[in-house]
Formats: sequence, structure tokens, C-alpha cells
Amino acid sequence: MQHIEVNHVSLVYDTPGGKVPGVDDVSFTMAPSEFLCLVGPSGCGKTTLLNIIAGFLSPVAGEIRIGGNAVNGYGQDRGIVFQDFAQLFPWRTALGNVTFGLEMKGVAKAEREAIALEQLKLVKLDKFAHSYPHHLSGGMQQRVAIARALAYNPAVLLMDEPFAALDALTRDDMQRLLADVWRETRKTVIYVTHNVAEAVFLADRVIVMTPHPGRVKAEVRISLPRPRDPLSVEFLEYQKALLRHLSEPSRADAQ
Amino acid sequence: MTPATVRTRSAGRAAVTIIGALAIYEVVARAGIFPAALLPTIPAVVKTLWTMLADGTMVKHAMSTLLRVLFGFSLAAALGLPLGILMARFRPVEQFFMPLVSVLMPIPSLAWVPVFILWFGLGNTTTVLVVFYAATFPMLLNTWSGVRSVNPLWLRAASAMGASGQSLFWKVIIPGASPFIITGLRQAFLRSWVAVVGAEIIAASAWGLGWVIFDAKEFLNADIMMASLAVIGIIGFFFERVVFGTAERATILKWGMVRAARG
Ligand SMILES: Nc1ncnc2c1ncn2[C@@H]1O[C@H](COP(=O)(O)OP(=O)(O)O)[C@@H](O)[C@H]1O
Ligand SMILES: [Mg+2]
Repeated sequence: MQHIEVNHVSLVYDTPGGKVPGVDDVSFTMAPSEFLCLVGPSGCGKTTLLNIIAGFLSPVAGEIRIGGNAVNGYGQDRGIVFQDFAQLFPWRTALGNVTFGLEMKGVAKAEREAIALEQLKLVKLDKFAHSYPHHLSGGMQQRVAIARALAYNPAVLLMDEPFAALDALTRDDMQRLLADVWRETRKTVIYVTHNVAEAVFLADRVIVMTPHPGRVKAEVRISLPRPRDPLSVEFLEYQKALLRHLSEPSRADAQ
Repeated sequence: MTPATVRTRSAGRAAVTIIGALAIYEVVARAGIFPAALLPTIPAVVKTLWTMLADGTMVKHAMSTLLRVLFGFSLAAALGLPLGILMARFRPVEQFFMPLVSVLMPIPSLAWVPVFILWFGLGNTTTVLVVFYAATFPMLLNTWSGVRSVNPLWLRAASAMGASGQSLFWKVIIPGASPFIITGLRQAFLRSWVAVVGAEIIAASAWGLGWVIFDAKEFLNADIMMASLAVIGIIGFFFERVVFGTAERATILKWGMVRAARG
């Protein structure tokens, strides 16, 4: 059975300057526990698509189904991690941030703190449970955000370029950590990036989008054993294949 | 540096500034440019202040003024905070009240004193209302801005985690707006404190720091005026630094939502 179905989804932004297409007729499906990367040039509509799946935006056409049910608004079946470090609540400690979703579910204090601590351990931040976000580095804040999105145990994890604002070394660490977290939690993950190496490192399957307005241009399955070696020949071959898809003009443009 | 040493140093710097200013005053007062009755020396002012403290009159004046401020300030908070929040959250409320706010806000609170005297006579009602008028707008406007400037990412993240209605309001919007709300309270207190003294000069009878200054003028008691001004300054300083400073350190400074003030 498919876990997520995206069927002919389109969205148009109404702006003072006129109508701006966000995404155009996007379709794909995902199996449970699959790790999917959405790759495309900046402005092609990756964030828009993720926000539609998250339920923050309603598509003008098409529909999204998760576990067979049509998505209508946001829900606790999906956890979300944004690119911006400012997504954490500055008035709550790392632990307080991670307990938030459980608090909303009505889980008792002692229990939710125990769960949150487990999640922080998963992202190797249990020592910083009582720190406020402004005392944490960017990479640590993003790890708290991942723990926060996982804590209330959603089946789907949506991530919008969570590591794009980090320096290259930290980003490599974060990718390895995320691969470990995914292996342990087996969530269905949609991960947006414009970094081809990141996609090859993390994904079971990569969807390449056309430049604005975004359409699905190609799908590439990454059949490499994990953990992946970014210096292996096969890894570089996949990178090249994705880059080729990104740089060649799409058929629609050529017409 | 620990926060405690930072605070000690900041208090030290404040002391240097104030002692310097007092020293300049003392030099001018002793130079004999102005008659001593008009510009009393600091020891003379301190002596008067001491006498007034000892016989309890200064405490009673200060308490009268402070109570008027706290009363008017509380009324203003009871109106300004909820209305600011409602205006930020609900378009019709904003559309209804915004013109009213824009018209009323530029009117100096002291301009209302004669009107209030006409309606309510001399005394507490008038002075409290003036404080209320002065304090409402800073609270209302800051709260309104604060709620509107809550990071949309926090709202999205919270909604995705199941927050809505009450929980979204109390656990995200209010703490998210807190830097503005605290600034609003702080400005409102300062405006209240300025307004109450003005209102007392015109409208108080027998008690209050503003009244005592005005009354002392009749008898050319510059030392009493200076002593009262000092008390006004000291109480204002206490609220600004100690009360609001502590509130900030316990919240938005601890959360890193604003940086620490220097000096
Ligand atoms: N809130 C918005 N209002 C109007 N246009 C928008 C808005 N958000 C995004 N867009 C437009 O939609 C397109 C896709 O944006 P986005 O989804 O953010 O792209 P990406 O995440 O791939 O960089 C862009 O052309 C952008 O200008
Ligand atoms: Mg984006």
C-alpha cells in the first residue's frame, strides 16, 4: 500500500502583481518508511509543495492522501522541520520545545518529559535539555527541531532544507545523524534540498523538479547500500545523473 | 562575567553618572550665581528631605502619588492589553478602534485635566484618570504590534503540533509578543509617572509629590521642591531599573529575545 499519494497537485499564489504559479501538476507516491528527496532549483516550488503536504496551503487542483485519507489542513500525523533556526520557541528550553506536541496531546508532564528526553538522546542533545535555544548553535537548534517533530510520533516527517544554513562540516555531521535517526525511527520522510550530494546521501528515491513553475521532471532511485560513502564511484555517478537532470532544459521548455 | 558582576558594574556606572551630575549641581549652587533660597545646596536639600521623611509627610506624599499611578496603570493594563490583542487578532476590532486610537492618542493627557476637574472635581478620580489616559496608549500600541509581529514560523510549528485556540494563544502568541508587551508596560509606567505629577500640580488637594512641589512654590521653599523632585526621580529610577529590569531578566533577556542594555 502507498503511504502518501500526491495526485495532480497545483497551486497558484495570488499576489498584488498578479497570479504566480507555485507548483504545477505534481504527482508522485511514496511507500511507508521511504525517504524521498525533492530536488530542484531555488524558487521552483519545493517549499510550496511541502507546505501543501503539511496542510498549511490548499492546492487549487489535485489532492494529497496520507494513509488513504485526503489531507485537509495540518495534523499531528505529520512532523515538520523548517530551514530557519528561528522555528524553535525561544521562551522554552530544548526540552520544553520537544515536549510541546505531547503537551498539546494531553500527555502528563512526567511522561512527556521522559519521551522528550529520549528524543533528545536520539539527536545526541540530552546534555542540553535545559538550555534555551539562543545558547545552542545552529546545528544543535536544528537537531532540537528534529527531536521536536519526532516527539509526538507522527508517521510522516517533512523537512524543508533543514541543514541549508549550516556550514559544510556541520552539515555532513547532521546528514549522518539524520540517516541514523531515520534508520531507527523508520518514518516516511519527504526532504527538500537543492543540494545534490545531500539527496544522494539520504534518499531512497529522488524527485527532480523543473525550474519555476515546478513540475516533476525525473525520478531517480538511489540503490546504494547504507551507510553511503560519498567518495565512492557509484555515489558520484548518481550525483552526476541528478545534475544532468537539473541542467538539461525540460521538454516543456523546449516545445 | 557572571550576570551578577555585570549588574554590579552597571550599578557602579550608574552611580558614577549620577554622582557626577550631583557634583556639578553642587558647584553651581555654591558659586553664588543664584540666591541660596532659589538654588539650595545638596546638604540643605538632604536635610529637608530627612525632616520630611522623619515626620512622615514625604512618605505620605509619595504613597499618594504611587497609589494613583498603580491604580491608573492597572486600569490601563486591564483595557490596553486585551484591546491591543483583540485589535491584532480581529480585523473588525482593529478597523473600529484604530481611528479612535489615532484621534485620542495625540491629545496630551494633561490637556484632559481641566475637563476631568469639571466632571469629577479635584482629587483622586481626576488624577487616576489622567494616569489611565497616559498609560493606555503605549500598552495598547505595543501589544498590538507585538501580537502582529509574532514569528509566523512559531504559529505554523505550533499548529502542526496540534496547538489551537487557547493553547496557541497562551503558549505561543503571548510569549512570542512578550518583548513588545514588556516594552509597552515599561513605557506606560514612565508616561504615568510623568503624567501623575503634572495632574497633581493642577488637580490634587493636600497630598502627592506634584502637589507638594506646587504648594512649596507659594512659600519659595526651593529645598522642598528639590527634595520632592529627588523623590520623584528615585522612585521612577527604582521602577525602571529594579521592577522592569527584573521582569526583563526573568523573561525576554533569559530567552535571548532581546539583548541586554548597557549602562
Ligand atoms: N507567499 C507567496 N506569495 C507569492 N508567491 C510566492 C509565495 N511563496 C512562494 N512564492 C513563489 O512561488 C514560487 C515557488 O516558491 P518556493 O516554493 O518558495 O520555492 P523553493 O522552495 O523551491 O525555493 C516562487 O516563484 C516564489 O516566488
Ligand atoms: Mg524553499
